[in-house]
Amino acid sequence: MTEASERRTDAQDAWEPRIAAFLCNWCSYAGADLAGVSRIQYPPNVRVIRVPCSGRINPLFLVKALQSGMDGILVSGCHPGDCHYISGNLYARRKFALMKSLLEYVGIEPGRVHFSWVSAAEGVRFAELLHTVIESIRELGPAERMVKRVEAMP
Amino acid sequence: MSVQDQLRNRATELLADATIDLFVGYAASDTPLKAAVHVARTEAEAEALTWNTFCTPNLAALLPDLLRRPEGAGEDWAPPRVGILAKGCVSRSIVGLIKAHQIPREALYVVGVGCNGVVDRHRAARLFTPAAILAAEPLDGDRMLLRGTDGAEQTVDLAEILLAGCLDCRHRNAVVADETIGDPVPEMSPAPQEDAAASFAARPIDERWEAFEEEISRCIRCYACREACPNCYCTECFAEETEPRWIGVTAEPSELMLFHLGRAFHQAGRCVDCGACAAACPMGIDLRLLTGKVNQDVEALFGGEVSVSLDIAEPLLQFEMTDDEGFITEP
Repeated sequence: MTEASERRTDAQDAWEPRIAAFLCNWCSYAGADLAGVSRIQYPPNVRVIRVPCSGRINPLFLVKALQSGMDGILVSGCHPGDCHYISGNLYARRKFALMKSLLEYVGIEPGRVHFSWVSAAEGVRFAELLHTVIESIRELGPAERMVKRVEAMP
Repeated sequence: MSVQDQLRNRATELLADATIDLFVGYAASDTPLKAAVHVARTEAEAEALTWNTFCTPNLAALLPDLLRRPEGAGEDWAPPRVGILAKGCVSRSIVGLIKAHQIPREALYVVGVGCNGVVDRHRAARLFTPAAILAAEPLDGDRMLLRGTDGAEQTVDLAEILLAGCLDCRHRNAVVADETIGDPVPEMSPAPQEDAAASFAARPIDERWEAFEEEISRCIRCYACREACPNCYCTECFAEETEPRWIGVTAEPSELMLFHLGRAFHQAGRCVDCGACAAACPMGIDLRLLTGKVNQDVEALFGGEVSVSLDIAEPLLQFEMTDDEGFITEP
């Protein structure tokens, strides 16, 4: 209720998208780290949440993040076949395919929720991915749908 | 002998010879267009069993509770032997529950029955506009006489008031059964029905959002949809979980949407489209709109019908290296 509502009252041109990025510990988080130590620049719009595996991500996290006022979501894990836990990302892929489709079906813009695979060696790719993701969410503007609205006490 | 008489006879015999301890079926209720769930433990109670087009609830929803080991039960505890009347969708739910290790196959005695579809009282109520429905009387030729307050009467085609899912049902007979009563009902080669989920998906995205918001805003969070569903066997539902607190306690729209998206998603790969949730909803929310979409996606992406056989793992418990990647964002 604090940051989200403050941001909403800001002028539209001051708006910066806030993006929750769920990154798996073994690949994508390390990829983000590599981008950092390699001093590759990308916009500071993501809040990274480290998870043990993309299979750990309950698809309801995504809905909850949208409800909490996130303008966009990125989920990234190991490339198929490279999962540290052998197959966590392959189970996750099925869940994400369904959840993304369901969200679009009820009217959440397709560009709000992104899934991708980034390995620990792909620092450059991670930065490029973030440019793509941030750009698509910037085009959509602030999230309005699914966002929890709490009216202040009079 | 009518199917109902055969049902009563068989349930009585099974209870008498101690093949089963109790029989789960339907009985007449005081509510029009609605049969009640009925658990018969004695031969006398078995005489109240009914079978007709009002038998909408999915009886499999009772099984996890009936067969769950009570807390503190000793080692000699054994589940009761449960007889159950299973139309096609109920039998599929039973298959799903067995595969999810929620009920043991050995404890069940499944009495299969062919089903021609069951009534959706919400559709009937929408059709019967002059008044509230007080009684319904089956007529010959698949028609139904509805009687309402103020002496209002209307004759309708049965097809007009069946659950939408019954119109393109692909399993009208039980897929697992220890015995069957009555003649098997011929399976329909699904006639092209208006597919609610597909036509909803074809609307522009802004319209979809408005319609979704409007539909879900009627929810009063009674959770009748969950209680009616055989797949909702969790002892603690995410809706009531406090660590983490998924859903707040208010009827704020996003909370309602979160519940319904979560519920629909939890049905993925397990929903047999029995329509019990929608029929149970006191607000007449079209819950099939969401589960229908998930079901379609599961079939389209992962192939095959769910819960038709004990031998096939459910879709979300397996994967293929070649699964669809169309939704992946490339940098």
